[in-house]
Amino acid sequence: MPERAPRPQPKNPILPTRQATLPPASRSRVALGLTAVAARGRFALQVCRDCSAVQYPPREVCRSCLSHRLVWRPQDGKGELLTETTLCAAQELYFRERLPWRIGLVRLDAGVNLVAYLHTGVGTAPCRVRIETALDRAGQAALIAMPEKRRPDLSEDPKLRELTCDPRGRKILVTDGKTSVAQATVQALANAGADKIWIGEAEPWKKVAGLEALRELRQATIVPLDLTDGGSVQKLAGEIGGKVEILINTADHHRTFSIAARRGVETAQLEMDVNYFGLLRLAQAFAPVLKARAADQPTNAIAWVNVLSIFALANYPPHGTYSASKAAAFSLSQDLRAELRPAGVRVINLFPGPIDDDWDQLEMPPKLAPAALATAVVQALKGSIEDVYPGDVAQDWVARYLDNPKGLEREAGEGAR
Amino acid sequence: MKATKKAARTKTAPSKNGARKSEAKPRPDALHALLRAVAASDDVHIVDLAQTLSPEFPPIVLPPEMGQSRPFRMEEISRYDERGPAWYWNNVSFGEHTGTHFDAPIHWISGRDLANNTTDTLPVEHFIAPACVIDCSREAEADADFLLTDAHLKAWEKRHGRIPPHSWVLMRTDWSKRSDPVAYQNLDDTGQHTPGPNPDCVRFLVNERDVLGFGTETIGTDAGQAAHFSPPYPCHYYMHGAGKYGLQCLCNLDRLPPTGALIVAAPLKICQGSGSPLRVFAIVPGR
Repeated sequence: MPERAPRPQPKNPILPTRQATLPPASRSRVALGLTAVAARGRFALQVCRDCSAVQYPPREVCRSCLSHRLVWRPQDGKGELLTETTLCAAQELYFRERLPWRIGLVRLDAGVNLVAYLHTGVGTAPCRVRIETALDRAGQAALIAMPEKRRPDLSEDPKLRELTCDPRGRKILVTDGKTSVAQATVQALANAGADKIWIGEAEPWKKVAGLEALRELRQATIVPLDLTDGGSVQKLAGEIGGKVEILINTADHHRTFSIAARRGVETAQLEMDVNYFGLLRLAQAFAPVLKARAADQPTNAIAWVNVLSIFALANYPPHGTYSASKAAAFSLSQDLRAELRPAGVRVINLFPGPIDDDWDQLEMPPKLAPAALATAVVQALKGSIEDVYPGDVAQDWVARYLDNPKGLEREAGEGAR
Repeated sequence: MKATKKAARTKTAPSKNGARKSEAKPRPDALHALLRAVAASDDVHIVDLAQTLSPEFPPIVLPPEMGQSRPFRMEEISRYDERGPAWYWNNVSFGEHTGTHFDAPIHWISGRDLANNTTDTLPVEHFIAPACVIDCSREAEADADFLLTDAHLKAWEKRHGRIPPHSWVLMRTDWSKRSDPVAYQNLDDTGQHTPGPNPDCVRFLVNERDVLGFGTETIGTDAGQAAHFSPPYPCHYYMHGAGKYGLQCLCNLDRLPPTGALIVAAPLKICQGSGSPLRVFAIVPGR
């Protein structure tokens, strides 16, 4: 287990809390293509289908042959740092508050020049580098020049650390400690150096061994929280809302019914009540205070994590009503993201496939181990992404979804995973 | 005053349920003496037997793949705000068997074909009935799985007289004093451990005493382990099969005398309802 991060000095209560500022957030529609790949932690550039020229910055027509047939293609990002400079003055408030800031001009082996933030591990120009994407606090793609060989964490750089939501030293709420995913997540967060982890417990009369075991964890505090009860959510937000820096919603009501497999709507209502309305209740209670504390460094609110399901993308009829509730939650998470983005609080969505737990018992492998999903949560926080498709099934589904959503609907509709 | 008028109307108006009415001219002041006695808190007093309906009050626990009874939930409609500037109110939701609640005969499969077996059709005359209170508090404290037997009832009758027909039999265990929901549910890996009647006890009350119903302080008129009895859930099975009722999650039974109290228990008039939360109270002689 890593050493405990030193706790920051208590805040001086007579000074005003800083308000969030953001790097420039406007992008053209075509430039959002870079954001789309950065959201998944990838780097891609447009390539001309006619003359194969690689393009940067994103554009409508080829810089070489004027063809409009440009497609996004993954890039290895390798190139040469030609020159570097350190910004000491800036008009933008975001940079003004963070100067000095080291940037450089990189010529990619693919043939384009770009300006990138320089990781502290990058030596002086000229030298070989590798370009990676990250999401900045405005949620837009940022280009980072990393050392070519070594793969340091973004958080090793004191400036670029802000592009991550590294759980080290952070105070975190995990909303429902009774799921195996939540228990593994708490353990992974503790291993990643979280300072404090509140674990929500609904229906305390139903004891779950995995949650009881977490009582031993030094960082853990179990708190009453039932997402189906608005009063319970508001009460906890009143008690700890001002302290939570990362909120991880693990609450999940999962039953395995299609429309025809279950009479009535009682089970589907409960799925919606936990998976959709639960998120809504959490968002109404916690989002305002998280926004207000988004710049309250070093104990600022930085991230909100939703554990959704790959079945949010296309309905999987064997788990039909569950899929619908997760699709509803996915849609609401987009609203939440839009509302938290102006404060720079990142909303990370995970879309796992079937998990190796009781409710996916009858699903054929491959199934995602709860510990693997927990690792994906921590990796997402340590990195700089907002859409995570952990595991083989999720990767396969999202590829099929991006390629042909109607095709995925038909395949899933025939019960084929 | 409202209660007086309603009661008076019940006396004079012909009942939809066809219950027999007194032919004698009603005395308009017949209930005033009762009201005066209640107001003076001297000859008669009222004891509230209902728990507060709140989201924290635990509902019945069933295996998770089964249909689940919703716990009490409350969502604000407005509270003197932009959603309704001068008024406060809530939407509430709950299963029929939530908090202090009434079980109608149709609740159990054994009572499904009886006449007037639902909350909207059961005879209004049954809303007020005498109570016999069996004090099992010491036994329940010693043993969470304590079972009330017909032998206990016969011993009780030796001291307090025969249980009259059409009366409520209430099992006092002081279980309602367990304010911690975990202790109130008292679940472990083998299920729930709460006191209740054994099958012979229920058969005796139904067949030998023709009671109106059986009431408890726990979640359910049956014991926590009653799924393993023969028949399973004997109190539900026999009581409802004979058109009798259940009351559960009662409180303040320790403030009732063994005999002499009148129970007022009128469930909500839910169409085809199997039960309902309700405000149960007792009219008790003396201070």
